[in-house]
Amino acid sequence: MKQDLFKKLQQITDQNIADIEDHKKSGNHAIGFYCLYAPTELAAAADAIPLPLCGTRQDPIEVAEQTLPRNLCPLIKSSFGFAAAGTCPFFSFSDMIVADTTCDGKKKMFEIMSDIKPVHVLQLPQQQNFDLFLDSWKNEIENLKTVIENMTGKKITNEKISGAIRLLNLERKAKKRLMDVTKAKPSPLTGMELLTILFKTGFFADKQKGIDLMNEIADVCNALADKGESPFHTNTPRILLTGVPTGVGSDKVVKILEESGANVVAFENCSGYKQAFQVDETKDPVLALAEQYLAIPCSVMSPNQGRFDLLEEMIREFSVDGVVDLTWQACHTYNVEAYKIQDFVNERFNLPYLHIETDYSESDTEQLRVRIEAFLEMI
Amino acid sequence: MLSAGIDIGSRSIECAVLENGKIRETRKADTGFDPAGQAKQLIKGLEFDVILATGYGRNLFEIEHDAPTITEIKAHARGAFYFFPGILTVLDIGGQDSKVMKLSESGKVIKFEMNDRCAAGTGKFLEIMAKTLGFTIENFGNAAGAAKKDLKISSMCTVFAESEVTSLVAKGENTKEIARGLHTAVVKRAVSMLNRVSPEGPVVFTGGVANNPFIIDLLSQISKREIFVPDKPEMNGAVGAALLAMEN
Ligand code: SF4
Ligand code: SF4
Repeated sequence: MKQDLFKKLQQITDQNIADIEDHKKSGNHAIGFYCLYAPTELAAAADAIPLPLCGTRQDPIEVAEQTLPRNLCPLIKSSFGFAAAGTCPFFSFSDMIVADTTCDGKKKMFEIMSDIKPVHVLQLPQQQNFDLFLDSWKNEIENLKTVIENMTGKKITNEKISGAIRLLNLERKAKKRLMDVTKAKPSPLTGMELLTILFKTGFFADKQKGIDLMNEIADVCNALADKGESPFHTNTPRILLTGVPTGVGSDKVVKILEESGANVVAFENCSGYKQAFQVDETKDPVLALAEQYLAIPCSVMSPNQGRFDLLEEMIREFSVDGVVDLTWQACHTYNVEAYKIQDFVNERFNLPYLHIETDYSESDTEQLRVRIEAFLEMI
Repeated sequence: MLSAGIDIGSRSIECAVLENGKIRETRKADTGFDPAGQAKQLIKGLEFDVILATGYGRNLFEIEHDAPTITEIKAHARGAFYFFPGILTVLDIGGQDSKVMKLSESGKVIKFEMNDRCAAGTGKFLEIMAKTLGFTIENFGNAAGAAKKDLKISSMCTVFAESEVTSLVAKGENTKEIARGLHTAVVKRAVSMLNRVSPEGPVVFTGGVANNPFIIDLLSQISKREIFVPDKPEMNGAVGAALLAMEN
């Protein structure tokens, strides 16, 4: 039954490229986004497809290193490499790129990327103090709105934004439902399967198709869970993965964990549960966007209490046996924050914790395996 | 019951056989280019009822001998707890990696850290430096111990340190003092890892590098902690594996 769903997912994914092309041929636009802080609602409100851009594969890194320093975060190098080599179809489809100042490496990389394609950079505050920063952040969102209006030639009214908020709230709700199926013990999905579904559905041109598919998968998985069907046992170690964004291609840690007998049941990162929020549909739509997006608990925020709160909720709800904290090489904010996360996991929950710093290459796979197996032996 | 443990490391393979929990025999060989073949040679004619493998070559052994495996982290922790019951901190510096483990009162690993990718601060590092300075690895520690002062070495990367050492030699600096500087650098690095993982109490020091008496001296001086070293510290992982084989 699960197999059929994966086949269907693959079909829709193949169809998707054609959908985007059709959409563009009929005079509409596509806008590429790199980070969770960028409100994709504004694209949708201008009938433009919001496309999350690729940056999770090793192959474009070689091209990127002709321009960027080698000791840079692989996510930045991969994103840039896709753009420079022209190998990401979604980048090619995008009429403009919405970028952000979430970290210094990205910020400076985007200056170079703007030679390839128009890049609009959102100046993100580094603190979630609403009194101090909400106004300036709201301004950034209004500016982006104008930029998108000018590019698409479409007026973005409040009604349009509210409609987009409703649609994307449905999408985030479906995503949360899907991520929540692994709360079952044992979970009906492997972490790799969940990662693949989340990753692929993120690119859908037709949001409704993605929402329906996610709901369908969640239904099937919940039914499997009710019958106790699972690739795992009730005593399989349940792992929460936190830290940097992880996607198809940058999944080696998830793979090794599951090859070593664990089940990654929860993804706290940006590719996972950080997306499980809802934007307030009753407020002024721009204000509601500004508030909800600014509240995203990424390590660029200082302090970043939200990440601890989210971890607390997830560790309990997903009945986790251990926490793995992943940092891409040269990501200072996640790397430094790991110290506090370790304390939090050890002291508050008395759970084993493992911090891993790596990149997308396979060169350290065997060393990672030793660490990960030793970590699982602690459970 | 005869239980055996085999520790297939990147530089050497150790094997220990325990008879009802008492060490009966130990063996050792170089890993060479064929770890599986070398391991097979090493256990030839050895008597045992159960065997368990650890170390980076453990999976090769598992496939060929259908033996259970355990990571070197757990094996070293078990070994150290056997030699010094109640110990809460273990430092292991082997051929190509170094690690620190914090144990619970019952000897379970509750925290650990391992060096990554490079060989900085490991046995391999000392070996290469000894060669660069013209010492044998066996008398490297004594030579360093005979120096009155350290010559500061700033790089811990094997490649960079080698060129740093070469240029110090070219400047006519005293090789014993350079040796001492290298030893100090290795120990400082180990101490910072030690303090990060388990900042207090006595330490069991294991692995091949624990055969170097000067390193042990420096370690207790710099960390200001009590250091215990088992007999044949390089056997610790194999002994731990043998114990786990029995307890499995
Ligand atoms: S980790 Fe931070 S910077 Fe990276 S995608 Fe997530 S929110 Fe954006
Ligand atoms: S992982 Fe860290 S360094 Fe890399 S892009 Fe995200 S915030 Fe920047």
